[in-house]
Amino acid sequence: MNLISITNSVLAVLLAPLMFGIINRTKAIFAGRTGQPLLQTYYDISKLFKKGAVYSSTTTWVFLAGPLVGFAAVIAATVFIPFGGLPALFAFKGDFVVLAYFLGLARFMTVLSALDTGSSFEGMGASREVTFSALAEPAFLIGLAAVAKYTGHISLSPMLTGIDSVSWGHAAPALALISLAFFVVLLSENCRIPVDDPNTHLELTMIHEVMVLDHSGPDFAFILYGATLKLWLLGSILIGIIVPVHSGILLLDIVSSLLGMLALAVVIGIIESIMARLRLLHVPQLLLGATALSILALVLVSR
Amino acid sequence: MNNSIDTIMILLVLMNLMLLGLSSLGTCIRVVAAQGIALGILPLVMHGGISDIRLTLFSAAIIGLKGIVFPWLLSRAMRDVSAQREVEPFIGYGKSVIIGPLALVVCMWLGSRLPLPLDIVSPMLVPVAFFTIMSGLFLIISRKKALSQVLGYIVLENGIFTFGMTLAEKQPLLVELGILLDVFVAVFVMGIVIFHINRELDHIDTDRLSSLRS
Repeated sequence: MNLISITNSVLAVLLAPLMFGIINRTKAIFAGRTGQPLLQTYYDISKLFKKGAVYSSTTTWVFLAGPLVGFAAVIAATVFIPFGGLPALFAFKGDFVVLAYFLGLARFMTVLSALDTGSSFEGMGASREVTFSALAEPAFLIGLAAVAKYTGHISLSPMLTGIDSVSWGHAAPALALISLAFFVVLLSENCRIPVDDPNTHLELTMIHEVMVLDHSGPDFAFILYGATLKLWLLGSILIGIIVPVHSGILLLDIVSSLLGMLALAVVIGIIESIMARLRLLHVPQLLLGATALSILALVLVSR
Repeated sequence: MNNSIDTIMILLVLMNLMLLGLSSLGTCIRVVAAQGIALGILPLVMHGGISDIRLTLFSAAIIGLKGIVFPWLLSRAMRDVSAQREVEPFIGYGKSVIIGPLALVVCMWLGSRLPLPLDIVSPMLVPVAFFTIMSGLFLIISRKKALSQVLGYIVLENGIFTFGMTLAEKQPLLVELGILLDVFVAVFVMGIVIFHINRELDHIDTDRLSSLRS
């Protein structure tokens, strides 16, 4: 355990909402608007924390617990993520499975609290969320297995620090396939275009937003904050593979990873500006394609 | 050099996976064209540069035929019969995309078991050739539209060609060109047949052709 690694969690908690701001600013520039302030998500969260919450009489304690447990699970997951050359705060063999299950727990609680409201609309969103994440999970885990096979470690920190510019030299195809699969998983898990449109609140095709319609005030703030952190978590794994700067100088490593995250947010913003959302029936095909890429990468690294 | 062969091999695999998962016939034709061009570059990459006039001509013939003539013939056939997409294949797209990598694993295993008379340039070559052949066969079996089956036939031939590349320097140019001519005639005839099936029956679904008998 390395105490300076607490920086990873601090950075995640501090900077995660900024990612949303950058994505929105990119979209605004593409649309020719000035756009909301970069720090809008922070304002939103602090505003929501000051408000009171409204609870429907049909809901039980599950509805109350959902956002809290979800947020706690995502916060807990930040300690397993290495960032910018710093190893994770906690690292042990097989910790990437724990990470996947923490994210799964957060999703599970969101789904449960959506079902707890008794609204058929939210039930529909919950069903979609579960379907798509069940398809995204194999892509994510098989991709991580490919990284583990390549580096020969089964703990997230040595796995990601084991990839450097040299490995991009002689295993570029496999790493590119893994990055592509992770990027699709990231878009799907964070409900971005082309899987789900984070802006819609009226369409019958929305997925994540429909599950959290009944949450208000601090509960919704926890959900919003949790969503930004989830984007940060998956993004930092992806950036750990794409921008493998391990110079040994702490500041340089962290700054280059932060620049990578910035670029990732801009890329997501560009994709949301130039693409339409896929038809709901085509989303499983996209995710299965990502799984196929992961399997292909695993085959490539293990031959 | 080895790295660029591997890159072409991975591109071939990705294109096969795309063919398994895409429903739009126009896109499939473009993917097959891209596959033909990648195959055309392969002999040049494998046997060093464009200095060899024989290889250069051969590559140019492949690129011209598989990258330009076939796609042109097929897109014309597609326009004539106005079939835009494969609607209901026997095996769905999701399943096909998952079957693809599993078949690749089988091919990798098969390729590692197969003793070859001479040492090959890249260990990826034989498995990818098998995988391409299997994808072509799979397309022929699982799709209903005659046009997708022609695409499957071309992919199958691409796989056989890739396998032939392992022995390329031993093979006389005449044989290769003869095979190319055969394939060309086959695709040409199939294009005409598709057109006639469509004119007689107003569709090109091969599974419904048996209704002719009664």
